Amino acid sequence: MSQYSIYKISGSGVYIEGNDIDTDRIIPARFLKCVTFDELGDSLFYDVRFNEDGSSKHHVLDKPEYQGAEILISDANFGCGSSREHAPQAIQKFGFRAIIAGSFAEIFHGNCTTLGIPCVSMPAEDRQKMAAAVADDPDTSIIVDLENLQVICANEVFNVTMKASAREAFLAGTTDPLDTLLAQRDSIDAVAKKLGYA
Amino acid sequence: MARNLFQKVWDAHLVGPLASGQSQIFIALHLIHEVTSPQAFGMLQDKGLKVAYPSRTFATVDHIIPTDDASRPLQDAMAEKMLQVLTDSTAAHGIEFFKPGSGTQGIVHVVGPEQGLTQPGMTICCGDSHTATHGAFGCIALGIGTSQVRDVLASQTLAMDPVQVRKISVEGQLQAGVTAKDVILHIIRTLGVDGGVGFAYEYAGSVIENMSMEERMTICNMSIEGGARCGYINPDQTTFDYLSGRPRVPTGDAWDAALEQWQSFASDADAAYDDEVVFHGEDIRPTVTWGVTPAQALFIDENIPNPEEVEGLDRALVTDALDYMQLEANAPIKGTPIDVAFIGSCTNGRLSDFQQVAELIEGKKVAASVRAIAVPGSEQVDKAARELGINLIFEAAGFEWRLPGCSMCLAMNPDKLNGDEVCASSSNRNFIGRQGSPTGRTILMSPVMVAAAAVSGSVADAREVFDIS
Repeated sequence: MSQYSIYKISGSGVYIEGNDIDTDRIIPARFLKCVTFDELGDSLFYDVRFNEDGSSKHHVLDKPEYQGAEILISDANFGCGSSREHAPQAIQKFGFRAIIAGSFAEIFHGNCTTLGIPCVSMPAEDRQKMAAAVADDPDTSIIVDLENLQVICANEVFNVTMKASAREAFLAGTTDPLDTLLAQRDSIDAVAKKLGYA
Repeated sequence: MARNLFQKVWDAHLVGPLASGQSQIFIALHLIHEVTSPQAFGMLQDKGLKVAYPSRTFATVDHIIPTDDASRPLQDAMAEKMLQVLTDSTAAHGIEFFKPGSGTQGIVHVVGPEQGLTQPGMTICCGDSHTATHGAFGCIALGIGTSQVRDVLASQTLAMDPVQVRKISVEGQLQAGVTAKDVILHIIRTLGVDGGVGFAYEYAGSVIENMSMEERMTICNMSIEGGARCGYINPDQTTFDYLSGRPRVPTGDAWDAALEQWQSFASDADAAYDDEVVFHGEDIRPTVTWGVTPAQALFIDENIPNPEEVEGLDRALVTDALDYMQLEANAPIKGTPIDVAFIGSCTNGRLSDFQQVAELIEGKKVAASVRAIAVPGSEQVDKAARELGINLIFEAAGFEWRLPGCSMCLAMNPDKLNGDEVCASSSNRNFIGRQGSPTGRTILMSPVMVAAAAVSGSVADAREVFDIS
């Protein structure tokens, strides 16, 4: 959990194509049988990457030229479905530090923010340019600039959008809200009393 | 100023604004289960924190529990460990646990309402996206991640962004043989799987008002499949009648006071909405999915779409979905052979779901080629069904009557599809691999339509199979 300000994230990227990529696809339910998140990285997109006998489907995530990619690029409604935090945990433990997509499902977006993974939205036309750039040269450097809401890739500057409260939290280093919430103990108790819960 | 229910419940539970621009919201009821809470308890331990309001959190076990043999230790060692961690964590923190065999265990979204824990005007959270179910009682009910489960355990509050409210009215009345499941699948099909992003859905109109609480729970349950942050229905006499006499509901003078408070949360007649959509009940026909998202759905008498007629990235979605489902463009969905029939889940695993099917399948037989299972949503549903002899009707028809749990909805337990089997399922998600086999195929539909498919051996129109008119 990041408790320091994040203004920019840079690294190479990989594009996983498709709208409506759900969290069951990001991490199939059988890998949710665990009591810690530690081992989830290897199971990321498991059924898309591996056959049932464990052999590789040679998915883009497993291509040698994309090893070490830190920016995940995808399409609209990324992370829909189950609320499982296992999905962003797996993405983070695989090595990704930021996600660029057309749009995000809300629970997934919230989970990513808490974990310190910025999610920025980009129009389809620009995502296609990014996809072409990383296909052309997997080592292309990508800079996700949260302060200026821009992504810089292959000498082009793309405007992106981000939920205002999430951006604010990254810039302020408060993406994990727990300490802030706990600081309001008296106000919490007052609301609980008012509503008859205490 | 006139307010809708979302605004009223939000205002009542507001602790204060946060520096990020979010709001800190008090959570009236927190429900936990074995999949998304162990890590949260671990995080509390790491930080040396206690549970702030242990009496406002309740636990059950549902996702991993086997529905054939749940004797301890569970055969799956990791499932046993998860159950043990939940047992230990709840005991250590003084949280009530609806244990298997206690008569109260079941799917978290079945248990909350049936115990009377879910009450109008509450903010409710659970580390489970189908928490939206509880909105049927006029609650803001939110699915959350594990770090947020930690936040609620530690502070009984959440950091939240406000959402807009879209009023979805379903007016007129439904045709015979059309159920709540058909209504919500139709809404999702029309508005899209991401149509609700940024919104809470308020379901209204005469069709919704005439629904039972169990039907309303089916509607609200699938709000998340339409991308909405939550969904709710204003509390009314149907809500209060359902709650009356339930274990955790106040009685006597306290009931009168609660009733007055509950009524006050309903949206004002002249409340404003950020968006409004109207459906007509008469237009809705039995609906099934053909693809790999809940919006890839059609009426039972329609033909499977043709990717050639779809533009842009969505064309690839249709092509890929047809490829995965092994279905042909332009072909009718009716008649698609099935291998498995599943009735259960937090969407459709309540007593009325089984009652409705029992009336139709009495004297009929599941096709020889179909493996059919019926899984009650809770120990209470199981007990009530047994008292009515419903389990016997299912068994006589060729269904297996199982123990309560999430079962085949997400296959974190032994109930799974094998290979590319096709399942007619009363659950909520038809995602690739959702039912446990990476190549398994799910066709979502109402319990009545699952029964029709089970009897026919293929996707069928329940109105024809059971002569409903």
